[in-house]
Amino acid sequence: MASYKLQINNRSYEADVEADTPLLWVLRDHLGLVGTKYGCGVAQCGACTVHLNGNAVRSCTIPVSAIGQSKVTTIEGLSEHGDHPVQQAWDEIDVPQCGYCQAGQIMSAAALLAKKPKPTAAEIDTAMNGNLCRCGTYHRIREAIVSASTKLK
Amino acid sequence: MEPVSLKTTRRDFIKLAAATTGGLFLGFQWGETGAAAMAAGADADVLLKNIDFNSYLSIATDGIVTIASPNPELGQNIMTSFPMIVAEELDADWSKVTIIQAPLDTKRFERQLTGGSGAIPHSWERLRKAGATARHMLVEAAAKRLNVSATKLTTHEGMVIHTDSGRKLSYGDLATEASALPVPAEVPLKDKKDFTIIGKPIRNVENKNILTGKPLFGLDVYREGMLQAMIQRPPAFGTKIKSVDATAAKAMPGIIDVVTFKNNVAIVGKSTWQINKARKALKVEYEADGAIESTADHDKLFKALLNSNTATVRRQDGNVDTAFAQAAKVVRAEYQCPFLSHSPLEPMNFFAHVRADGVELVGPSQTPDAARNEVARLLGIAPDKITLELTRLGGGFGRRLKTDYAVEAAELSSLIKAPVKVTWTREDDMLGGSYRPAVRYRFEAALDAKGNMVGYKLRGVGINAGNCTREDNFPSGAIDNLLIDTVEHKSPITTGAWRAPITNFLAFAEQAFLDEVAEAAGKDPITFRLDLLERAKQKPVGAVKYDIDRMKGVITLAAEKAQWGKKKGIFQGFSVYFSHRSYVAQIAEVAKKDGQPVLQKIHVAADCGIVVNLSGAYQQVRGGVVDGLGHAMFGKLTFKDGAAEQKNFTAYRLIRFKEVPEIDVHFVNNGIDPTGLGEPALPPTGGAVANAIHKATGVRLYDQPFAGKEEIKGIRLGERM
Repeated sequence: MASYKLQINNRSYEADVEADTPLLWVLRDHLGLVGTKYGCGVAQCGACTVHLNGNAVRSCTIPVSAIGQSKVTTIEGLSEHGDHPVQQAWDEIDVPQCGYCQAGQIMSAAALLAKKPKPTAAEIDTAMNGNLCRCGTYHRIREAIVSASTKLK
Repeated sequence: MEPVSLKTTRRDFIKLAAATTGGLFLGFQWGETGAAAMAAGADADVLLKNIDFNSYLSIATDGIVTIASPNPELGQNIMTSFPMIVAEELDADWSKVTIIQAPLDTKRFERQLTGGSGAIPHSWERLRKAGATARHMLVEAAAKRLNVSATKLTTHEGMVIHTDSGRKLSYGDLATEASALPVPAEVPLKDKKDFTIIGKPIRNVENKNILTGKPLFGLDVYREGMLQAMIQRPPAFGTKIKSVDATAAKAMPGIIDVVTFKNNVAIVGKSTWQINKARKALKVEYEADGAIESTADHDKLFKALLNSNTATVRRQDGNVDTAFAQAAKVVRAEYQCPFLSHSPLEPMNFFAHVRADGVELVGPSQTPDAARNEVARLLGIAPDKITLELTRLGGGFGRRLKTDYAVEAAELSSLIKAPVKVTWTREDDMLGGSYRPAVRYRFEAALDAKGNMVGYKLRGVGINAGNCTREDNFPSGAIDNLLIDTVEHKSPITTGAWRAPITNFLAFAEQAFLDEVAEAAGKDPITFRLDLLERAKQKPVGAVKYDIDRMKGVITLAAEKAQWGKKKGIFQGFSVYFSHRSYVAQIAEVAKKDGQPVLQKIHVAADCGIVVNLSGAYQQVRGGVVDGLGHAMFGKLTFKDGAAEQKNFTAYRLIRFKEVPEIDVHFVNNGIDPTGLGEPALPPTGGAVANAIHKATGVRLYDQPFAGKEEIKGIRLGERM
C-alpha cells in the first residue's frame, strides 16, 4: 500500500492503495467518483474512459502508480454544471437508453472535439469505435457529436 | 411470451392521504380489496399499512406532480413513457412533473417487472385512469371554489380554466381541496386525437443524471460498512467443487474472508481490486457433476435430433406427407445459431444486507419480486421482511430476469453477517450462464406446379430451448398442409430469455427461408408474403393468431418508404415479423463498392399501436435493429469441455460504432392501444440483411454469425459511399 496524490477534476485527492490498482477502481472504490464505469476491465468497451492530460484513456488498465502529476478529468468534472457542449448535445439529441456507457462515450467525444472541433466522419469513427453501446445508440451519438461541434466556439 | 390481454380489470381509485400533508395523493387499485382500502383511505397512515395499492401520483401544493415509475428501467425508457401517460390524462404541465423510481412494492404495484415488451400494453389503461381521476377531482374542486358548473371548466398544463370568465386555478392551489372530494368510480378518458404529450418526442427524464455521472446503477451502490465480494463459480457447466484451498488468498491484503457455499467460493474484502487479485490466488479444484459438453458435440447432436422420431408436435394442419409426395418442387434448408451471452454493459451485481430483523436488497433486476421471493425462501423468512430498492439497470436483455446474482448476494451476506456488494467481472458474466440457446432448424416447403406453397414443415431442435418454434405465427394459417415440431436436448449449460426469446433467431431462419421459397416459386418476396396473408384471410387454415391487416400494414409501409424494387444499383432484402403483439417489417439495402457488398441502410416500418414517446420509441426500434444486426453478424459463444471459450469482449464480438448502417424508422399510425416495442424490432433484422446479401452476391446465409464466412468475407457494414 502506498499513498498517491492525484489531480482529478482540478482538485487534489489522496488515495491509500496498492500500486497496481487501476485508476478506475481508485475513482470508484476510494474516491466516490462512480460516474466512470466498469464494463470489461480490458480496455475493450470504453465505459471507463477518462481524460488524462486531455487525452481519452481507459482507466481500467492504467495503474494508479502511472498517473503521477497528470491531470485526470472524469465525467463529474467535465463541466461544473453539466453543461459542456457535448453534454448539452447528448441531452438535446436524447442519446441515452440505459445510460451505462454514456459517460465513457461523452469523455471520448469531448476529447475528440477538444482536438478537432470540426471532425470528419472518419475521425468520429476512429475516436468512437472503442466505445461499446449495448443499447445501440450509435446513430444518436454521431448526431450529438456533430451537433456539439457546431456549439463549440 | 404469451399475449397479454389489453383489457384491464375494474379498479377503484382511492385517496391515500391529504389533510395531514396537504396536496393530493392518489393511489389506485382493483379487485376485491377495494372496499377495505377505501375505508382506510382517509387516513394518511394507510401508506404504512400495506393496503393493496397499485400505483400512485401526488400533487404538491406548489404544483409539482410526482409520479412513481414502478417498473425496472433498463433503457426501454419506461421511466419517461409511463409518467407521460399519467400526465397526459391529468393535463399536467410536463415541466412540473417529477419522476421517482418506486422500490419493489407488490402491495401498490402490479407486474413490477421488465420483460416480454409488456409494460406499456399492460399498464396503458390504468395509467390513463390514474391521471384522469386526479384531473376529475381537481376540476370538481375548482367548480366548488368558483361556484360554477364543472362542465364550464377545462384543464391545460396544470391549470383549471373557467372558459367564460378566463379565471384560472393551478393544480397546486386546488390539490388539498380536491383531495377531500369523493373519488369517482369511473372517469371518461381523453379522445386520442386530443393527446398533447403522448406521441411527442420527450427526452429521457434521467438525462441530466446520466450525463453527469450520478450514481444510478447497481454497481454504484456504496454503503457505510459495506464489504465487497467476488464469487468464483465453476468455470465449466457440468462441474462442481472438489476442493478449495484459500490459504494464499486469505493472506492477501484487504481480504476479510473466503467463504464457500454451494458451488461458490466468495472472496470478501474491502476493495474491488484487492478481491480481484486475491481471487487469482485461490486454488479450487472441480470435478464432473454432469455432462461436459462442447460445441462440436452439439453440432453432431443437432443433426441427429433433426432426424429424431420423438419430436413434440406443436402444430399440424392437413397432411404434409401427401403434400410433399405430390409436390412439383420441394425447397429445403437448415439454419443454425450459436449460444449468445446477454452482455449488458453493466455486469451482474447486487447489494444485500441480511440482518436479524430483516433484509435489505439493492440492485438491478428485471424481476425484483421473484428475487425477493427467492431470497425469502432461501433464508426461511417472510417476503415482507425484505425490502428491495431498484437501481437503474445498465442493460438487461433478459439476463436480469434471472435472480441468481441477487440470491447469492443475500446468501453471502447471511453467512458473513455483513452488508456486502457482490460484483461480477465481465468474465464472470460471460462464463456465468443463462445464454440464448443454440438452435438448429430444418425448413421444408412443397410447391405445386403454379408455385403455390401447399406444404410446409419446420423442425426445431435446441439445447435447453423448450419450444423453439412459434407454431401459430405466420405463415401458419396460410398453408393447407403444415407440420411444426421440436426436439429439445437438456444440457447443464444454462439458458434463458434473451431479448425476443426464440424469435431473435427463428425470425431470421423463417424469413430467409421464405425468401428462398419465393425465389423457387418465381415470385417477388413481398408479393409472395402478401399472397400468403391474403390466403390466410380469405380461407384460413386452422387458427390464425396474428393480425393479418397489421402485418400487411407494415409490409406496405416498408415497401413504400424503401421504394421496393425501384432503386438502381441497390440490392434490397425484405423481412417481416410479428412478436410480442407488434409487427415490424424491414428492408435492408446493400450496395456494391469495389465489387464488395456494403450494407448501407435498413428501412423499418413498425406497428406497435400508439407510440407513447416518439423519441424513446424511435431509438428503441433503431437500437433493436442494431442489436439484431450485431448479433446476426458477430454473436458467437462456443463451448469447450463445458466452458465458454469467449470470456471477454476481446473474443466476444459486439457491433461497434462505425458498423451501423443508416436506419430509418416509420411507425404505422393506426390509433390502437400500445402493443409493446422493447423487442419486436430485433427479430426481422437478420432476415432482411441476409436476403439483401443474397440479392447482391447470390450467397444464401444459413448460419449465424454471418461474419467470417468465406463466401461473404469482403462484406462491409455501415460504410458511407
